[in-house]
Amino acid sequence: MHLVLFIIFGAFCVAGAINLLLQRHPINSALSLIVVMTSLAVLYLLLGAEFLAAAQVIVYSGAIMVLFTFVIMLLNAGKEQRTHGSRAAYWLGFPGAAALFALLTFIFLSHQSSLGYAVLGPDMVGTGELSQVLFRNLLLPFEVTSVLILIAILGAVALARHTNENQPGKER
Amino acid sequence: MVPVAYYLVLSAILFSIGVGAFLIKRNIITIFMSIELMLNAVNLSFVAFANYWRQINHQFSGQIFVFFVMVVAAAEAAVGLAIIIALFRSRSTLNVDQVDLMKL
Repeated sequence: MHLVLFIIFGAFCVAGAINLLLQRHPINSALSLIVVMTSLAVLYLLLGAEFLAAAQVIVYSGAIMVLFTFVIMLLNAGKEQRTHGSRAAYWLGFPGAAALFALLTFIFLSHQSSLGYAVLGPDMVGTGELSQVLFRNLLLPFEVTSVLILIAILGAVALARHTNENQPGKER
Repeated sequence: MVPVAYYLVLSAILFSIGVGAFLIKRNIITIFMSIELMLNAVNLSFVAFANYWRQINHQFSGQIFVFFVMVVAAAEAAVGLAIIIALFRSRSTLNVDQVDLMKL
């Protein structure tokens, strides 16, 4: 059961990621990224992270991807024209990525027995258990993230604001 | 029963696809989306290691890491998309080949 679910949703993840790579229009890439993130939420649930599965759906495939589709539609982004990028990216980047993947896969599969098995059920981390750690041991980092979010909001507003009056030489 | 290593291999696959998409894509929004894909791949490996660590000594620090990564990713997406909007206003293009102000 667990293996079947893992294979189905892992295949969804990989298919969505490859579709993101192949699609030319950004809105199609955004929708396939939503597929990847929602399937990852199911995989989190299989690994016993129930709070993170809910947060993945709400934060990633909800908030962040809505922001992405909003910006794509706001800027009226069309199909990207395919140009050849930098040559170093092709000659170093793709072999590098393939070598990284091969190395990681080799290491993980050779240590497969010592890494153990994920079993559905007994290793579930409840929301209460998670919040005990988050609000007791890690209260200060949690509060600091609220300052981070505040700074991000201020930065986003300051960057996205119209600045016509600051650039008198540029009329539009 | 699925070996934890399979989850880690899936995470490596997603990360490599993210690196490839980052290199091959020319649209700045899609490049940003492939960064999000890489963040998600790393999150999956954090959760898988948290599962492994919980079987050994009943701790789950990896899930706390993922929580903070999500918070930082949300903030980063807001600021990054605002930068993209400001860039589009001044250059009126989304193609990264035409944004070469700092190129020699």
